[in-house]
Amino acid sequence: MECVPRRKFLTTMAGIGAFIATGRRQAADAQSGDPILAGRPLVRYPEKADLILLTSRPPQLETPMRYFDRAITPNDAFFVRYHVFPVPTRVDLATWRLNVTGLVDRRLELSLDELKTGFPAVRLTAALQCAGNSRGRFSPRVLGGQWGDGAMGNAEWVGARLKDVLTKAGLKPSAVQVTFDGLDRPAFPSVPDFVKSLDVARVMEDPDVIVAYEMNGAPLPMLNGFPARLIVPGWYATYWVKNLSEISVVDHAFEKFWMKPGYRIPDTPCGCVAPGTAPTRTVPITRMTVRSFIATPASGANVAVRRPIALKGIAFDGGYGIRHVQISDDAGMTWRRTQLGPDLGRYAFREWSATWSAPRPGQHRLLVRAFNRIGESQDEEPLWNPAGYLRNVIEHIDVQAG
Amino acid sequence: MRLAIVAVTLLLAAGSAAGTEHSVTLPDDHVYGTLTPGPGAEVTRNRCAVCHSTDYIVMQPGGDARQWQGVVTKMIKVFGAPIDDDEARTIVEYLGSAYGPPK
Repeated sequence: MECVPRRKFLTTMAGIGAFIATGRRQAADAQSGDPILAGRPLVRYPEKADLILLTSRPPQLETPMRYFDRAITPNDAFFVRYHVFPVPTRVDLATWRLNVTGLVDRRLELSLDELKTGFPAVRLTAALQCAGNSRGRFSPRVLGGQWGDGAMGNAEWVGARLKDVLTKAGLKPSAVQVTFDGLDRPAFPSVPDFVKSLDVARVMEDPDVIVAYEMNGAPLPMLNGFPARLIVPGWYATYWVKNLSEISVVDHAFEKFWMKPGYRIPDTPCGCVAPGTAPTRTVPITRMTVRSFIATPASGANVAVRRPIALKGIAFDGGYGIRHVQISDDAGMTWRRTQLGPDLGRYAFREWSATWSAPRPGQHRLLVRAFNRIGESQDEEPLWNPAGYLRNVIEHIDVQAG
Repeated sequence: MRLAIVAVTLLLAAGSAAGTEHSVTLPDDHVYGTLTPGPGAEVTRNRCAVCHSTDYIVMQPGGDARQWQGVVTKMIKVFGAPIDDDEARTIVEYLGSAYGPPK
């Protein structure tokens, strides 16, 4: 009890009373066939469409699969994931500053206007995905956010290169890592603040790491990081710090909670271990694995026999780009290529489409898998690790033909 | 002190008047996270909901007291949750019973 300032504690408790007193019950009927999503309500948050609730406080919302029939995920359908509460709900651009501090020659306090006009604007389409996307599907099950498959999205970002910002500040020779902190601050000082770090080499050699202030042609929604967030293409979303406010250059490997022990994978080539076992050594999670999904039709749909239907979905990887996407209707005995949509860049979702007709009445399972440009693909057997990261098993839908 | 409050109020008003402020209001905790009734449910809700909504509990795979002891210990040791030993015991017993292993 001593760790909590009493007045703050009482205020918070009063707030919780109000939180618990109300609430609406609404069924997510569209997800009723999915064991992980069954019973989870659709909820409406500010600047957001109806999304699938994971948690209320801090807010975590996932995108329904139907939005992944296209390459660009609309801002209002984009998933939300915060780590600590309270989350920022009000930003005044008259006072908001992006501070650049630590081992720099010149500390910077950039207004949004200065960020927009003081550096070349870079335009980049890139997908982000929560490290624990699809964690709910792990077997044996693992603790943590029980996401279905909707903790991912793809947007066109505009922003300033991080290396340009850091060059303006001037890195001191002793600089080793750069840390990133957002406006979300835990109410209790004992709760570790959400701070992430990247190696200086990673950010200075990669012109695609940007501080984005525009998302699909609009300001970022508050819950997706208004007014600016970090974009680390190809890497899991844990690094894409939202509501960014503080960049600090440090002379050591930063290892506070959300870098260690948080967000780590087994130090093995697959980032996995035998199901149910513990890794002997871990490293920070970084690059995304190859994934692909069928968004249309929805799993469980009824289709007519011998009548062609359109299959649509997306594929993505950790930044090499998708080479092709294949589907199978015979349990993976044979695969055929799908038609790829426009190439929006190596970090973006790649839209795919195909036509398929059910050869006979009954249930049919349709599989999808993607290959990236260095030949990485997806496996029939899911990988496993205790934190529930990196999932990229071959996905499927079941349709009923009659 | 009062002057400072007036100044801050004016500043905030100026911010919104100039259209530089962006704000949203978040909904309350959803009833989806309501804990299953049972001995210990109330203390569990009171202690855990200080920091997060109880859907964090409801969504987890069920597990025995050992699983939940691990979770409660992590919340106390890593996140500094304000839970004393008696409360921790009650919470672990409740969770192991209300959210026990799948049958």
